[in-house]
Amino acid sequence: MELITIDGTPKTPSVSMNPQTGVIEIKGRSIPENSIEFYKPVVDWLEEYAKGPAPKTVVNVQLEYFNTSSSKCILDVFKKLEVLKKDQNDVVINWYYEEDDEDMLEAGEDYESIIKVPFKMIQIVD
Amino acid sequence: MSLFLEQCFEKMNQGEVVVAYKGNIDADLIANTLSLVEQKLENSDVHNNIRKKLYNVLVEGLQNLYHHVDTPMDDSNDEHIKSNFGIFILNKQEHGFRISTGNFVHKDKVTPIKEKIDKINSLSAEELKEFYKFVLNNQKFSEKGGGGLGLIDMARKTGNKLEYNFFDYNNSYLFFNLTVFINI
Repeated sequence: MELITIDGTPKTPSVSMNPQTGVIEIKGRSIPENSIEFYKPVVDWLEEYAKGPAPKTVVNVQLEYFNTSSSKCILDVFKKLEVLKKDQNDVVINWYYEEDDEDMLEAGEDYESIIKVPFKMIQIVD
Repeated sequence: MSLFLEQCFEKMNQGEVVVAYKGNIDADLIANTLSLVEQKLENSDVHNNIRKKLYNVLVEGLQNLYHHVDTPMDDSNDEHIKSNFGIFILNKQEHGFRISTGNFVHKDKVTPIKEKIDKINSLSAEELKEFYKFVLNNQKFSEKGGGGLGLIDMARKTGNKLEYNFFDYNNSYLFFNLTVFINI
């Protein structure tokens, strides 16, 4: 499996997915008009990764803000992780939010209540 | 701009203008608007989390226009009304920001839009949260949008009711105006 890195743009986050270390990172802002197109390679990669995952998968999500069309795609990404977890793999999602950004914390809690994967809410302090 | 759109614009414009636009709504315009608003607010005393709320609501509003605009086809001699025509105004008022968007919709869409917004406005904060999660997890999304998640998100993030108006344009089309307040 290949390491994937996607550079961030003003409307899309940077993404890196490392099959050896099992570390997946999504960072920046996610507000594309067509989120399905942007997230498809990420979802596809995870599906392939699930066939031979690293001993521990750590997913770091550090978003500044995201639109509602991304919110559905992010859920799709998390659903792939849920399958991985269900197959007895070690998976954790680190959800980062800036100090005072209650909206982003709440968004993480929404996902936590839907997806059966351990979440860690991590406050970024300047 | 036609008198009709001029009048719509005036009704929508209430307060000091931060940005205002009327014309074709495309992906570049949305990106440029956002970066313009970010620049304008960068050195202001508006708190970081309010700014993010504002960007979020602005993106949803603009992308609603981008995805859902109708173009009046019949008995329209108005050459200014091209496809993807929309209006948006970001006003600064004493106690917050006001984002108002406007676009043509076919008359068949009026009732579903009203019902959707009335339902959202009838919900408490806790109910909105549950409704958001329900739509997120259960509704099939299209390339075009999020099954009304944008409107729910606007109401939820701002904690305010969504205001709307429909201005009669001709026999088939109306001009739909949606307004959201972000408290400072």
